[in-house]
Amino acid sequence: MIVEVSDLRREFVVRRPAGRLRRTRDVVAAVDGVTFGIEPGECVGYIGANGAGKSTTIKMLTGILVPTSGTVRVCGVEPVRQRTALARRVGVVFGQRSQLWWDLPLQDSFRLLAAIHRLPASSAGPRLAECVELLEMEPFLDTPVRQLSLGQRMRGEVTAALLHSPELLVLDEPTIGLDLLSKERLRGFLVRERRERGTTVLLTTHDLPDIERLCDRILVVDHGRVAFDGTLPGLVARVGAERVLVVDLVEPGPPLSDVPGTTLRLVEADGLRQHLAFRAEETTAAAVVAAVSARVELRDLAVTEPDIEDVVRRIYES
Amino acid sequence: MADPRVLEPAAGTVAGPTVAGAYGALVRSRIAAQASYRSSFALDIAAQVLIGLVEFAEVYVVFSQVEKLGGFSFAEVTLIFGLATAGFGLADLVVGHVDRLPYYVRTGQLDAFLLRPLSALGQLVTSDFSLRRLGRVVVSLVLLAVALTAVDIEWTPARVVLLLVTPLIGAVIFGAVFVATSAVGFWLVEGTEFTNAFTYGGNYLSSFPFTVFGSVVRRTFTFVIPIAFVAYLPALALLGREDPLGLPGWLSWSAGPVALLSCCAAGLVWRVGLRHYTGAGS
Repeated sequence: MIVEVSDLRREFVVRRPAGRLRRTRDVVAAVDGVTFGIEPGECVGYIGANGAGKSTTIKMLTGILVPTSGTVRVCGVEPVRQRTALARRVGVVFGQRSQLWWDLPLQDSFRLLAAIHRLPASSAGPRLAECVELLEMEPFLDTPVRQLSLGQRMRGEVTAALLHSPELLVLDEPTIGLDLLSKERLRGFLVRERRERGTTVLLTTHDLPDIERLCDRILVVDHGRVAFDGTLPGLVARVGAERVLVVDLVEPGPPLSDVPGTTLRLVEADGLRQHLAFRAEETTAAAVVAAVSARVELRDLAVTEPDIEDVVRRIYES
Repeated sequence: MADPRVLEPAAGTVAGPTVAGAYGALVRSRIAAQASYRSSFALDIAAQVLIGLVEFAEVYVVFSQVEKLGGFSFAEVTLIFGLATAGFGLADLVVGHVDRLPYYVRTGQLDAFLLRPLSALGQLVTSDFSLRRLGRVVVSLVLLAVALTAVDIEWTPARVVLLLVTPLIGAVIFGAVFVATSAVGFWLVEGTEFTNAFTYGGNYLSSFPFTVFGSVVRRTFTFVIPIAFVAYLPALALLGREDPLGLPGWLSWSAGPVALLSCCAAGLVWRVGLRHYTGAGS
C-alpha cells in the first residue's frame, strides 16, 4: 500500500481566556482514530465538512505535523522522520499554500523547483513541456506569478507538484474558486495523468463533480473519524439517496402514482411533466421508464442523480 | 505547441543536481528579482550607508566630549565599531531575514518549505539575499581602514590573520544569534520584535568597549550570548592589551571555537522550535 494510516490521532491544545487572567486549556482531537489504506493507482476523495480533520490528516501524511498517536506510512516511509525523502516521491497542492515564487515569471518557479528536486534537465524538460501543453500555460509562462489569475496560478501549482513525477499526488481543494471551464480543464488533466502514469491521487474537495469525475473511492470523515469508506454508488446506496426520473408527456396525463418502486414527487403543468423518485437498489431507471411508457406516451425524459452534498449531510446525520 | 524555451534552462540559471546547486539557484533567483528594480536598489544602498554613518556619529559625538571611553581612545573604539559592524553587516546580509519566520508561519509558506526536499532553515536563509545590506558592510570596512592607520598595533602574522577572520567569525556569531532568536517565531506570532531586541541590540553592544557596561550586561553578553567575541575581545588581542576587567588573555583569541559552539546551540534551538511547530515537542 502506498498510504497506510492506522488509528491515527492528532490533538490540539486550545487555550481560552477564562476570567481576567486565567486561561483554560482544552484538548481537542482534530483527527480521532482514523484508519485507512490506499493502494497504488487509486484515486481517493477525502471529504467532510469544514473542521472534520481533512487538512490535519494531510499534514500528517506529508510530514508537516507529527501524529499524537497512531502510525502513518506513506510510500513506505515515516513522513516526519524522512520528510525530505518523502518530498521527492509525493507532490502536494495546498489550495492556500503556494509553491510558486510570486515575484518571478512562472517558468522561473518551475526551473527553481527542478533544481530543488535535483532533476536532470533531461527529465525535467520533457515533463514540463508536457504539462505546459496539456494545461495550456504557454501564453503566461513569462508572466510574474503575482499577475496570474487564480485559474492560471492553480495550473502552475499542479505543474509544480507534478514536475518531479511523484508516485502520490495530494490535492487539498484543487478546484476551489475556479470557474467551470478551469475546473473541467484541471479534472481532464488529472484523469489523463492517472491514466498515463498510474499516479495515486488523494484529494479533498467540497466540489462534488470533482469526486464524480475523478475518484473511484470515497472516504467521508466526520468529527475526526472515518464515517464511510467505499464507492460513490455504495455511499448513495448506504444513505438511501434517491434518483429522480423526470418525464415530459405528449399530452397532460393523470398523476403516475402507481409505478412500482417509485414515489411521485411532483406534478407540473397539469400532469405534462412529472417527477418520479426511485431508489437504485429497488428498481432500475430502465424498468421505471418501461412502466411509465406502458401507461402514457413519453416525449422526453431525464434522470437526475442524487445531490452528493445531500448524501454527505445524511451520513453526518445518521 | 509547447514553448521550446522551457525545454532548456536559460543561461546562468543552470543548476546541477546537487543540494548546493539547489540553494545556489534559489539565491541567484533572489538577486535577479532585486536587480529588476534598479533605482530603488540604489536608494536602498544609500539608506544603508546612511544608517551605518549615523550609528558611527554616536561614537563621534561621545568623543567630542571625552578623551577616552572605558579606557579606550577614539581610534581604538573606531576599530571595535568597524569590526562589530562588519560582522553584523555580513550576518544581516546572509541570514538577517530569518527574523521573518513568524510571517512565514502565518502565511503557510513554512508548510510549503516543508513539502520540498530541502531543510526548512536552508530554504528560509536562501529565501532572501538583500544586496542593499552591503551598504553597511562598506561603511564598516572604510571605518576599519581609517582606524587601522590611527591605532598602534604591533603586527605579527597571527594578528594579521586575526584581523582578517574577525569580521567573518563575528558574522557567524551574529548569524547564530539571528537563527536562535528567530526560532522564537515558532512560539510567538510577534517573534520578530524579540529577535530584533537581540540582534540589533547585540549589534549596538558589540560596537562599544565592554568596559563601559555594568557587570550583569557584560557577563551576559560574554558568556551567555557571546557578543563580546565579535569585536571587543579580538580588538584587545590586536591591540595587545589586557582586559581592564581581568578576563584571561586567551579568551581574546577564542572567538573561533565560540562561534562554532554558538552555531551548535543555534541549530539545537532551531530544531526544538521546528519540532514544536510540527507538534513533536508539545
